[in-house]
Amino acid sequence: MSAAEQVVTSAPGALRRRRERRVRALRTGAAVVVALITLAPLYWMVVVALSTRAELLGGQLRLWPRELTLANVERVLTAFPVVTWFGNSVAIALVTSLITVAVNLLAGYAFAQLRFRGSTALFLVALSTLMLPVQVIMVALFRLVTELGIYGSYWAVILPTAASAFGVFLARQFILGIPRELVEAARIDGAGHLRVFLQVVLPLCRPLVAVLFFMSLLQTWNDFAWPLIALRQNELFTLPIGLLYLQGQFGADYGGTMAFALISVTPMVVLFLVFQRYFVQGFARSGIR
Amino acid sequence: MTSPSAAPAGAPVDVAAPAADERGPSPGRARRGSPGEALAAYTFLAPNLVLLGLFVLLPLAWAVWISTQDTDGFGAGTFVGADNYARLLSDGTFWRSVVNTTLFTAIVTPASMALGLGAAVLLDGALPARGFFRSVLILPMAVSGVATALIGVLVFDENSGVLDGIIRALGLPGVAWQSGGAAAFTSVVLVTLWWRVGFNMLIYLAALQGVGAHLYEAATLDGASAWQRFRYVTVPMVGPASFFLLVMNVIYSFQVFDIVFVMTGGGPRDATSVLVTYAYETGFVTRDQGYAAAIGVVLLLLTLAVTAVRWRTSRTRDLVE
Repeated sequence: MSAAEQVVTSAPGALRRRRERRVRALRTGAAVVVALITLAPLYWMVVVALSTRAELLGGQLRLWPRELTLANVERVLTAFPVVTWFGNSVAIALVTSLITVAVNLLAGYAFAQLRFRGSTALFLVALSTLMLPVQVIMVALFRLVTELGIYGSYWAVILPTAASAFGVFLARQFILGIPRELVEAARIDGAGHLRVFLQVVLPLCRPLVAVLFFMSLLQTWNDFAWPLIALRQNELFTLPIGLLYLQGQFGADYGGTMAFALISVTPMVVLFLVFQRYFVQGFARSGIR
Repeated sequence: MTSPSAAPAGAPVDVAAPAADERGPSPGRARRGSPGEALAAYTFLAPNLVLLGLFVLLPLAWAVWISTQDTDGFGAGTFVGADNYARLLSDGTFWRSVVNTTLFTAIVTPASMALGLGAAVLLDGALPARGFFRSVLILPMAVSGVATALIGVLVFDENSGVLDGIIRALGLPGVAWQSGGAAAFTSVVLVTLWWRVGFNMLIYLAALQGVGAHLYEAATLDGASAWQRFRYVTVPMVGPASFFLLVMNVIYSFQVFDIVFVMTGGGPRDATSVLVTYAYETGFVTRDQGYAAAIGVVLLLLTLAVTAVRWRTSRTRDLVE
């Protein structure tokens, strides 16, 4: 129960109900204002993306446009390899997420269910890397991918991004909740560790896998700093890099820029709303970002 | 349209530092398993450790080494010892970036926490369409930093931006969001807050689920006002979440890049230059990579200092509780 409701229960009779209604109306009003402030910039992006050039240049843009057009979207699609960039983003986000989720689940299983020397130390080493974002090491990382011969390729983005311990903590926590007896029983039946992992542990981890996968997808889809450094060729750009590039070319053509921003933002926003439960759990539990 | 399950998982947030996790594999039993178990464990860990070692720890050591070099990133550099660090001391843009980064952190951290807590308390109480409001407030988290920044450019454009249109319509003078240093800095902070408050709210909302209603009842019986209940019940009860957010926000702010780089590029005249945008400029535009690596190391030390505080405090907290 909230603080506001408490006020209400302590006030006497008729006054109480009036006060109750007033507090509720105030709260609702505040929530509406906050929601409007949050939505306004996104609404404005959509309006500008769908406004005619004349209206944008005329300087008399209205909060509610008189006519909507897809001209900006078409212009962007013909002037830039948007479809290719979209495909790049999908490919890089999917491959990175698959790798990182698989690798983190394996590590989580080892940390949660297996006893071995150096377990705690390795766990702490893995976690300490979370405090080290790419911004701190970008120059050295650039040199490394150059030395490895993958600079400018998909892998230059995928591998360093997949090298994240972000799921290890969550995976370990979750797998600790699986009774050890279950694992040991399977072991006694003669199953190897890989089989125990694949057939006993993994099927119980579906919610965890969903959380890790969506979190990783969101992060990779929106990633900017490292892909900006690691990708050079236009055809390999991801959407955020393409967006910046397009802004550099289009300059003050807000219609075009916002049309592309809309294209790049929509898939993740939709995914976010549909699978909100998993995203929320991921953020609330891990606090990454 | 919106998912009804906007409420975070009922479980309180894991705010404790990793070491504080008490549920290690059965402490009563033998710590060491069979050799076969150890082998299996190392095999399971190998992919993760190889990736982390190769793409995080190795570059970290390498960064320290590069920071002692004079190099453009192509071919071998020359060893210059601590020269790059000495140069930093007398570099006006560097100090400007340090000041800006600190100022940014000092504003964004408390502001996003206060707004986040306010929104969480608001959306925790009785409210029609509560799930909808929650969904709306966390929506910016799904938007990329680049898109957020470009929307910011659009809204804050000092010639054609909608915000200045509204300000002028109210009869107030327009603001030089791009050409004025302080105004540009303000616009970056405002856009960052729009982007980040949802995360803070989410964590606080999860923490509020753990505050028992009986505490408020007791406070009310004792005659506490709404503000007193907030100040003396809510705030202390979400303390661990606040601490966690403090660390997360400070670390995020130290490393801010996307928003600043896209919105202002550090301008006008370094007014919004922060450590990471400056490191990027030096490393990949002017290609003075040794110098850029030195800036990275400074950033690392700052981050380590915050992390150390986090560890110390969480250890102490474990002892106290």
